[in-house]
Amino acid sequence: MNQTKNSGLNRRGEKLIENALVLCAALFIIIIALITVFIFARGLPLLLKVGIWDFLFSSDWRPTKGMFGIWPMFVGSMAVTSVSMLWAVPLGIITAIFMAEIAPFRVGRMLGNLVELLAGIPSVVYGFVGLIVVVPFIRDFFGGNGLSVLAGGIILGIMILPTVISISRDSILAVPKEYKEGSLALGATHYQTIRRVIIPAARSGIITAVVLGMGRAIGETMAVVMVTGNSTVIPSNILAPVRTMTSNIVLEMGYASGDHQAALFATGMVLFVFIVFLNLMVKFAAKAGTANGKN
Amino acid sequence: MGKINWKDKLITAGFWLSGLVIIAILAGIIGYVMIKGISSISLDFILQPPSKAGRAGGISTTIVSTLYLTLMSLLIAVPIGVGSSIYLEEYASSRSKFARLVNLTSETLAGIPSIIFGLFGFVFFVIFLGMGWSILSGSLTMAIMILPTITRTAQEAILTVSHEYRENSLALGASKWQTIRKVILPSALPGIVTGIILSIGRTVGETAAIILTAGSSLGMPISPADPARTMSVHLYILAMEGISTERAFGTAFLIVVLIIIINYLANLSLQKLTQAMR
Repeated sequence: MNQTKNSGLNRRGEKLIENALVLCAALFIIIIALITVFIFARGLPLLLKVGIWDFLFSSDWRPTKGMFGIWPMFVGSMAVTSVSMLWAVPLGIITAIFMAEIAPFRVGRMLGNLVELLAGIPSVVYGFVGLIVVVPFIRDFFGGNGLSVLAGGIILGIMILPTVISISRDSILAVPKEYKEGSLALGATHYQTIRRVIIPAARSGIITAVVLGMGRAIGETMAVVMVTGNSTVIPSNILAPVRTMTSNIVLEMGYASGDHQAALFATGMVLFVFIVFLNLMVKFAAKAGTANGKN
Repeated sequence: MGKINWKDKLITAGFWLSGLVIIAILAGIIGYVMIKGISSISLDFILQPPSKAGRAGGISTTIVSTLYLTLMSLLIAVPIGVGSSIYLEEYASSRSKFARLVNLTSETLAGIPSIIFGLFGFVFFVIFLGMGWSILSGSLTMAIMILPTITRTAQEAILTVSHEYRENSLALGASKWQTIRKVILPSALPGIVTGIILSIGRTVGETAAIILTAGSSLGMPISPADPARTMSVHLYILAMEGISTERAFGTAFLIVVLIIIINYLANLSLQKLTQAMR
């Protein structure tokens, strides 16, 4: 009798706990909803007032005169991101192949730890080192004042290396052993096997790595703002200063108000939609990839 | 045959070179900050508050702000993150729409750039809820940012707890929650600790989201309603406004040392986790 009473109480307690846990999980959905609603509520009215076309493609960013065109910043983000990917993606993928296929186990593991450390270094430290080392180097050897697309591309490249390397390496390691053994048994060399069998099999993971690296580069703020000079003019070459969308937000948020502040939220909105779109695309592409490929 | 071998050797050398380049980049950055920063470090630098906007004095208030903000965000995020992971792994069917939606939003949250969290924290916590630039606004914003990490690592840790444990516990008459509390959570602890350590690293290094939500006041924060400037924000302002390169190096030195220690601890607890898996 006592037991039944106890278990009855317990059951109620258990239900209470389960409800609390559901609430924790539901918070994720609530948070994403809040982020979307609040950023859109602040940015969308201005976007509609200025006109989506003008906001995205007008080159005049003069917030004090009510002119809100983010085209130079959009081009800026793309320019810096492209330069970073140009060198970091090949280096990252080659390093990933090295770690997964070629390096002795201990070397691969050590590199893995170092890449994690590279990922852990804060962006503001990268920005600082970029400002003190990379910017003067560019000024002395290539000309200009050093604060440039190139400086941003170099620092951003270092910052996306861990993303590109870790995800590529994991997808290479996930290629079934039989593929490799089959290819080697057929008389292919190790490098032929890597090129013809392993990389094609790991392709969707490597593409994921590149796209996520790109997302990271577009979203990065502090490191870029410190080394690119932040002029709101479309850069004419790789040594010209440039301002990205993220830099624009962090530079002007401190003093902006009214429509100006709303325009910064609209910039964030564009960034948010872009990044979420990239991530969802990668997620569903990866799912389609595994559905067609391995299983 | 000899020709192919020669070509293979060249390719091998290329691969080793890429690994060396990665090591050189990392060693270069860390070594540079260490060598240039060590001379700025003294007991006074750590224990004295900054004066003249950071031109003189130490960085004690920014160290306290960093610890304060990190601790508060963990206090908020750890219960929620661990709670969600328990729900997702122990209660929800993995095919339920709700669980899949939570996992999807968690992944989405993990991919959002910090500046977006900063904007959200600013408009929601600072303005809408009227918390102002404060430790509280900053901690809530950081808590949202580290929530996916804590949840994911806890989920992975719970997954590694063997089925026999839980079946034995249930067979002995323990209720579901008793089983979770006494059997599953203790075994999943290393994974939860790993998530916490990684989150500490993220909070210590974060700048964009914190500058928009906690502000950049150099005062010593006492209550959670006080504004604050963390070490990373301090480094940004010192470097960007050209206030003091020497003190910027000192701050960068301490941040990098902290990150190396945190990284080492995370590796240790990960090792424990993988040992537990075997």
